[in-house]
Amino acid sequence: MPEHTIEVDNLHLWRGDRHVLRGVSFKVLRGGCLEVCGANGAGKTTLLRALCGLVYPEQGRILWNGENVRQDLPAFHAALAYLGHEPPLKADLTARENLHYWIGVRRHLGTSELDTALARVGARSWCGQLVRTLSAGQRRRVALAGLTLLPVPLWLLDEPTTNLDAEGRELVAELVREHLAHGGIVVAAVHQGLPSSVRNVTRLELAA
Amino acid sequence: MNHSDGNIAQPLAALVAADPDRLSSVCQRASALEAVRLALQRDLQLAFRKRGQLVQPLAFFAMVTLLFPLAISPELARLRELAPGVLWVGALLGSLLALEFLFRDDAHDGTLEQYALSGQSLTALMVAKTIAHWLLTGLPLALMAPLAAVSLGVHTGALPGILFAVAVGSVALSLIGSIGAALTLGIKRSGALLSLLTLPLSLPVLIFGARATQLAIHGASFAAPLELLGALAVLGGTLAPLAAAAAVRISLE
Repeated sequence: MPEHTIEVDNLHLWRGDRHVLRGVSFKVLRGGCLEVCGANGAGKTTLLRALCGLVYPEQGRILWNGENVRQDLPAFHAALAYLGHEPPLKADLTARENLHYWIGVRRHLGTSELDTALARVGARSWCGQLVRTLSAGQRRRVALAGLTLLPVPLWLLDEPTTNLDAEGRELVAELVREHLAHGGIVVAAVHQGLPSSVRNVTRLELAA
Repeated sequence: MNHSDGNIAQPLAALVAADPDRLSSVCQRASALEAVRLALQRDLQLAFRKRGQLVQPLAFFAMVTLLFPLAISPELARLRELAPGVLWVGALLGSLLALEFLFRDDAHDGTLEQYALSGQSLTALMVAKTIAHWLLTGLPLALMAPLAAVSLGVHTGALPGILFAVAVGSVALSLIGSIGAALTLGIKRSGALLSLLTLPLSLPVLIFGARATQLAIHGASFAAPLELLGALAVLGGTLAPLAAAAAVRISLE
């Protein structure tokens, strides 16, 4: 069984003429969670987007299991799930259809698995509605259901608890706890911090 | 879509709980073909939920070809001479009109981001998007072209040739357009720039398409320009998805 690690080594990144990330370094091991904190504009989202390879850092390396992710980007992508601050859903498809397409592009998906995942996030009664009729919190729940359907070791979450009620935040904590318990790795950009029930959290403070 | 049903999914769910690391080997990754099929199906389903966008290029094409006889002359011999140009300019501008929507919504709602991070080939997914675009604009335009041609006084013997020429030419137009649409992602009000980028590249299609149509109307063999149109479509098919994928990656930075 591979021992997954993600390591960032002296990452520098500019946005226009702004030096956003100034030498960020960290290492997260199997079962570990990194909480990226910082004020608005401190570069939390930029760091996550650089981690998943969407943004090229000017300097520094990102290592997955000890190897530079640039060497085999598709393989690295197959091992990660990224949730941006907007759930990647189509307004004109139902919650269920959205998951069917979004997850189906990555892996074979059974109907009952889909139902289980939707029930898990409390979407059983409204998963047949068009996403444009759902609230922001409901959309976030659908995105979380998608996350549970992706069998990947690395989760990159941008503000996973936004728009969620207390129960929803507890659901995020529960999913993260489970993922960590099974040897997954979570890197989450959070404004307020993950619920305290998540253990084994390292904090990374980004300066504005 | 029934890759696994209840009795397979249950042990799978148990395995997820037991150990997600092992899962990557248990959970079958979708093949590239599967991914293309789903991406294509998604675009078609979405298009039928938003029919307004679907009708726009067709309505434009119909208006152009119907207004010309009113503006020029009802004399059929004269219209017949102008028909190739009218049909092809109408088809070219009509397909351009739909290009703006090719990636715009996907970029906006994060679908492109998820495509780029899916571990699947982004080029293959671009192929799916281009096929969907052709099925939703090129093919209907090709089916409408014979009707428009009749209204321009073209005799029925030439209609199959016209349908064929527009069908093949519009494949090339969709492919060329996908590069332009991907390059102008992230630019606000990209319409003008998009036409500026796409039109020069589309001129060969316009020239050979109009020539094929003209020959068909005159009852001559139009094989040569049609073959050139086919060659353009094949060239576009091999290069455009690669270029579009690269442009989409840049736009996501």
